[in-house]
Amino acid sequence: MSLPLAVLALPFVSFVLLAVVPPLRRAGRVAGGVSIAATAVAFVCALATWQGHLEGEQLVPWIPGDAGPMATVGLLVDPITNAMLVLVTLVSLLIQIYSLAYLSDEPSPALGRYYTYQSLFAFSMLGLVLSPTFLQMFIFWELVGLCSYLLIGFWYQRPAAARAAVKAFWITKLGDLGFVTGIVMLWAATGTFEFSTLFRMGAAGQLPAESLGLILFLIYLGAVGKSAQFPLHVWLPDAMEGPTPVSALIHAATMVTAGVFMVTRAQPLFALVPDLVWLIGTVGAFTALLAASMACVEHDIKRVLAYSTVSQLGYMMAAAGAGAADAGFFHLLTHGVFKALLFLAAGSVIHAVGTNDMFRMGRLWHGLPHTGIVFIVGTLALAGVWPLAGFFSKESILAAVWGAGRTGTFAVLALTAFLTAFYMFRAVFLTFFGHAHAGGHPHEAPWPMRGPLWILAILTLVLGLAFLASPPPAVEAHHGPGWLGPFSLGLAAAGLALAWAMYQQRAIAPASFSRVLAPIDFAARRRYGIDALYLGLYKGLILGFSKLIGLIDRYLVDGLVNVFSALSLRSGDRLRRIQSGQVHDYVYGVAFGVLLVVVFAHWWAR
Amino acid sequence: MSLHGYLTLGALVFAIGLFGVVTRRNAVGMLLGIELMLNAVNINLVAFSRFHADLGGIVFSLFTIAITVAEVALGLAIVIVIFRVRKTIEADRLDLLRG
Repeated sequence: MSLPLAVLALPFVSFVLLAVVPPLRRAGRVAGGVSIAATAVAFVCALATWQGHLEGEQLVPWIPGDAGPMATVGLLVDPITNAMLVLVTLVSLLIQIYSLAYLSDEPSPALGRYYTYQSLFAFSMLGLVLSPTFLQMFIFWELVGLCSYLLIGFWYQRPAAARAAVKAFWITKLGDLGFVTGIVMLWAATGTFEFSTLFRMGAAGQLPAESLGLILFLIYLGAVGKSAQFPLHVWLPDAMEGPTPVSALIHAATMVTAGVFMVTRAQPLFALVPDLVWLIGTVGAFTALLAASMACVEHDIKRVLAYSTVSQLGYMMAAAGAGAADAGFFHLLTHGVFKALLFLAAGSVIHAVGTNDMFRMGRLWHGLPHTGIVFIVGTLALAGVWPLAGFFSKESILAAVWGAGRTGTFAVLALTAFLTAFYMFRAVFLTFFGHAHAGGHPHEAPWPMRGPLWILAILTLVLGLAFLASPPPAVEAHHGPGWLGPFSLGLAAAGLALAWAMYQQRAIAPASFSRVLAPIDFAARRRYGIDALYLGLYKGLILGFSKLIGLIDRYLVDGLVNVFSALSLRSGDRLRRIQSGQVHDYVYGVAFGVLLVVVFAHWWAR
Repeated sequence: MSLHGYLTLGALVFAIGLFGVVTRRNAVGMLLGIELMLNAVNINLVAFSRFHADLGGIVFSLFTIAITVAEVALGLAIVIVIFRVRKTIEADRLDLLRG
């Protein structure tokens, strides 16, 4: 188990070095070098772990208890962990190299801080996928949330970025609340956090049937927050305020994949509650469609990609809901590669033109041929065009959903696939073709940025070809009917054609479409009012509650205090007059007191 | 004479002393009244000592006399200081401690 441990330890060592040695961190590019080197070695170790099929589980007691340890920590390496290790280290490595050029204008201390967070992020995510227990997973889960907060808010001087970071943190925390409650309840019911023990108990039917539904629902809430499922998806588009490489990292390999990974990991448990599985699938499909429709009206190129991530996460969850978490996980892996590619390419575009608005781009093909090619490769993969990687994973999800007999979900996912192709090609046509808007001559980014782009683009192509040669297990397991491949290709082609007609040929005016679909267009442009709903809830509930508390404090609590103070002031003023300063009055008082004592002694205290 | 006679005498002297303290405006007069009240106590102590055949009362009265002397000395000193500062020892003019 030393190789997986090395994968986990290297980013941690890099993080500790950068965190506790300020001169190293302040050196900026040197800090980047340290982080990149650690991640590169971790990537090699991850590859070796994967190739060597070093699978197994190692647990050490952590919290001692009367009857065996109450909690254990350790490492769990199995095929899905191996795949995630390779994906996380690869994407982190490429993004860190890319960032070196993308953030070259940053001052050195800020760059060092960036790489410190990057190392911690890689460590947290690797720890999460290696966790053999729910408790350990939760700890790394929270670390991942912390890192995304730090990186989304990297430009913390910008109010929008700071707000987005806080929003991401709080919205995911809402789900985490359910997650931790579920874990604790599960522990109370079974006495263990370990996946292997829980799976064994589940297979033997020893889990409490009546409370399991609630427990797993709470745990699923954690995934809803992290993987941006409806209705907690609102943080993800706002997370675009972070630097583009951070968006790529969060969307491709870390953070949002955590929820899908957790559902995949705990699949044997979820399978015990069919109603919950149905819910996961339905929410996933709904999220996929909702996010896709919002992506169609978005102007910001990064937000289009953000909504497409939400949509694809919905796809993965829909697969899990059809009992095919392996298909969803397979899509997670391929999506990780080409979504990192798309984001980094979008970053390259933004780097060149200095704006996020697609309607102010256009004809960038001439200035940015490299970026254009890789962006189109990513788009084709996301749209699910044969023989790119995305085609296989998307088709296996569709096949699994069709095979599970969930026709409604299948229809929603098919519509989403069409919309995905449409909005992605809309982005391509608006950005790289059409009419030039941007002033000046955009130039291709330097090689540290182009290199990772090409590596990811080639990987997207090669993976697809490799899947063609030897179908991966997830594809083998989910064979759809014969018409499914041509059908999904047809959807992609239809989306492409519509985008081409609307934004390249301008044969169909987008405005006529928005007239026909006026209610949907209206709602989608306002994000279906979900953000407004949260804002309203916040304003109505929390601010209203605060105002109520404020009133109580001002009038009840302060009122009582004021009454007491007025009372003591007034009575003090009255009592003051007794103190006349005349010795004779005091003598009268003493004499009268003595008389009282005498009378008391004589009459009452016999 | 019986114990009652002495106790009546003591009570009388005490009442005269209290009357003096209450009615006198002059601080020296008030001190004299206090002396009378203390001596009334002494009469009681000595009377009880005599009729109960207990020397403790007489010893106690000796202590009282000693303390009375000290108290008068202190009291007169205060009166003199007050007179120097305020040019009066009329008690109803001395109301610095009024609340």
